[in-house]
Amino acid sequence: MEIPQALYDRMVAHARAEAPDECCGMIGTRGEVVVSLYEAENTAHTPLRYELSSRDQLRIQKALDAAGLELGGIYHSHTRSTPYPSQTDINLAFYPGAAYIIIGLATGPQADVRAYRIVDGQVREEPLSVR
Amino acid sequence: MATIRIPAVLRNAVGGARELTIEGASVGALLATVTSSYPDTRDQIFGADGDLNRYVNVYVNDEDVRVLGGLDTAVGEQDTLVILPAMAGGSR
Repeated sequence: MEIPQALYDRMVAHARAEAPDECCGMIGTRGEVVVSLYEAENTAHTPLRYELSSRDQLRIQKALDAAGLELGGIYHSHTRSTPYPSQTDINLAFYPGAAYIIIGLATGPQADVRAYRIVDGQVREEPLSVR
Repeated sequence: MATIRIPAVLRNAVGGARELTIEGASVGALLATVTSSYPDTRDQIFGADGDLNRYVNVYVNDEDVRVLGGLDTAVGEQDTLVILPAMAGGSR
């Protein structure tokens, strides 16, 4: 997946703004290219979990549909652990067609952003290139 | 007959349909019909306690049924239900 620098920066800024709580949002793609980013409310409001607001989810899904975009990714942050899917992330990965992007803020001054495909409990990291 | 929009992740379980039109007076009645007609959808829609699965969002005319009457929410013939599996997780 390819993401423009400006959208990548916005995603990381969202993660930093919500820290120490986790942030979350959705990503619209055309083919393998990210074309839009939608910040959403984490209704769990904790450093250990995210639950994307149901109201935001419907609003964003409609925006994606209206724009003819695919739900290419779902992002959230790990503010205290490595950017690898936790067992909770794996158990609740209901969108095999989307990349699960994790913004790691715990591993150093630079955000460590990784993308994964989670299908039937199996995790596979995918390349995420910033252009 | 109310319309139920089926998300991509549930379409295989309902034979590929994007929408279903189903008769029923409440959200619970409609979803019960969906899950009895398409048993593979049951675990994603209902929890073990028979209530709505904590990790599925159901909307009637764009309003989350959890802020309406839950499964008892009345549904009219012109109403549209949308089902969206939740987006959730976390570092622990």
